[in-house]
Amino acid sequence: MSIFIDNGTKLIVQGITGRDGSFHAKQMMEYGTQVVAGVTPGKGGQQFEGTVPIFDTVYDAVQATGANTSVIYVPPMFAADAMMEAAAAGVKLIVCITEGVPVLDMTRVYPYVKEHGARLIGPNCPGLITPGQSKVGIIPGRICTPGNVGVVSRSGTLTYEIVNQLTMAGIGQSSCVGIGGDPINGTNFIDCLAAFEADPHTKAVAMMGEIGGTDEQEAAAFVKQHMKKPVVGFIAGQTAPPGRRMGHAGAIISGSAGTAAEKIEAFEAAGMGVAKRPVDFVDLIRARLS
Amino acid sequence: MDLHEYQAKELLRAAGVPIPPGEVATTPEQAEAIAQRYGTAVMVKAQVHAGGRGKAGGVKFCKTPADAREKATAILGMTIKDLVVEKVLVTVAADIASEAYVGIIVDRATKKPVFMVSAAGGIDIEEVAASTPEKILYYPVDTRYGLQAFEAMRMGFFLYKDAKLARQAAKIMQQLYTAFMNAGCSLAEINPLVVTPTNELIAVDGKMVIDDNELDRRTNISDLRDTSSEAPSEVDARNANLTFIKLDGNVGCVVNGAGLAMATMDLVKYYGGDPANFLDIGGSSNPEKVVNALRIITSDPNVKCILFNIFGGITRTDDVANGIVTATKQNPLKVPIVIRLTGTNEELALKILQDNGFSASSDMDAAVQRAVELATKGAAA
Repeated sequence: MSIFIDNGTKLIVQGITGRDGSFHAKQMMEYGTQVVAGVTPGKGGQQFEGTVPIFDTVYDAVQATGANTSVIYVPPMFAADAMMEAAAAGVKLIVCITEGVPVLDMTRVYPYVKEHGARLIGPNCPGLITPGQSKVGIIPGRICTPGNVGVVSRSGTLTYEIVNQLTMAGIGQSSCVGIGGDPINGTNFIDCLAAFEADPHTKAVAMMGEIGGTDEQEAAAFVKQHMKKPVVGFIAGQTAPPGRRMGHAGAIISGSAGTAAEKIEAFEAAGMGVAKRPVDFVDLIRARLS
Repeated sequence: MDLHEYQAKELLRAAGVPIPPGEVATTPEQAEAIAQRYGTAVMVKAQVHAGGRGKAGGVKFCKTPADAREKATAILGMTIKDLVVEKVLVTVAADIASEAYVGIIVDRATKKPVFMVSAAGGIDIEEVAASTPEKILYYPVDTRYGLQAFEAMRMGFFLYKDAKLARQAAKIMQQLYTAFMNAGCSLAEINPLVVTPTNELIAVDGKMVIDDNELDRRTNISDLRDTSSEAPSEVDARNANLTFIKLDGNVGCVVNGAGLAMATMDLVKYYGGDPANFLDIGGSSNPEKVVNALRIITSDPNVKCILFNIFGGITRTDDVANGIVTATKQNPLKVPIVIRLTGTNEELALKILQDNGFSASSDMDAAVQRAVELATKGAAA
């Protein structure tokens, strides 16, 4: 069991002939993901790696293959169009890896995707993985192992760090979702927490937040009101200075809002476990599984 | 990217917003000449990327050209929040009957640009929001349709009972929205929006923050970047495609990924140390990036120890190892280095490092503790 992706995921790779797209398409295929189509305008009719058909449009790819999921590796100025193209073609899960998408583009993309009944993950995210079944995005497959801990995070490499520590400690994962660090993204913590709560296989959730915004505080309120499963949280940027953007467009403390201290306080108020260091997840999660 | 007041005002003026005449001066003589030309009282305003310019003494009213010269002499070269003032805006002083606030910010919650308007302008809007939230109207705009006339009018009448003023204000809302969208802003504000004694509206101060992700497709905006107002190491890092923020500590951090970089800084603090910087070398594996990162970090005399924390996903750890070897051959290190790397091509990376006399570990906590220890020792020596 899992959330969002599993054995039934049939994937389109938008930008499959690009540098990042081709590399990660191969990685996903090696992991066992059903990559059923690629899309690069002008290269329709060709094949990727001799096995995956390439189409000019997402519409053609969906019609021909019945794909239900798409992953996007196109340059930032084309990403908004790619997300909307996937939604218009009827793709129900759209994962945008691209970093650097202008936030004003997202103010158009978000309502468009929603009105088409699709779920968007990202942009500027590492994607997601259901260990042993399917990976969509760039999370390294070998650091994950099947199990019953759900992982949701705003970061990339920090997630790998923590997932790797869980795996090395013998704690497997049901699904790991990187929701991305941008101010406007398609899927937030609450969406993932609700999905993990509903997934019978998930027994506990590890959640990695960052400074900036109020998503973590709202997630904590959701945990308190709606979740029976235990959740352990971590906030990166406890020592970050206010007013400076820490790489992620969302990771900025503005005024008095979005500090690590207030987020950690919200976690504690919700009865969540709080990891002070990444390594603390191992003991906190283990205690909640037993 | 922050714009200076004079730059934001130029963009607002181009969109039609009524703004008092103003020009930039870099010397007291220029300030005097501009004031002379206007032939009226002027404001001399420090142009630095910092709030609280007025409180710091960087904004002065000047009755005469000689006065403008004197005030400009005092302001040019003054330091406001660690930033040296190199330019002043000399602008015609406005007569003020009342002050309002009008701003647009991209809001994470509604996922839209949201107007914030308040008749209580001129002061910190965050204070108004905290103490008297009912005095602010929040109005989200659907960018697919743009700001509609009735929406602008509603905000106009929220500010002014007088229909003539409300209409003028509505027009300014449209102009501000146009400037906000055309420049790719994440924030644009007019504060204060002033009613003059003759019942006209003018924008006395303007501020714009540009979404960095917009700069590639708006070269007219990216050309406005004023590198003289930024730390040289941060400019250097941006040119090398690194995300770097200078801090005050002595542990120089080189990390891949923003989240892990923040977590590494936190861990340095947790073990009693102080990070010298935030530095994200990003996802691509290019030894050149590592060379640049080391050059930037070692140029900070405060750094007593360098800490690498690399989790190889897309980043190949052997590329990072090669970068470390190349960089230290070019410029031998004067401070100790602690290397933690794990992930893609780890065995190869460890071999490269060992062959060149470096040691590395795969345990993040142990590496951070060691780096803090060495930095503390180095600082004491």
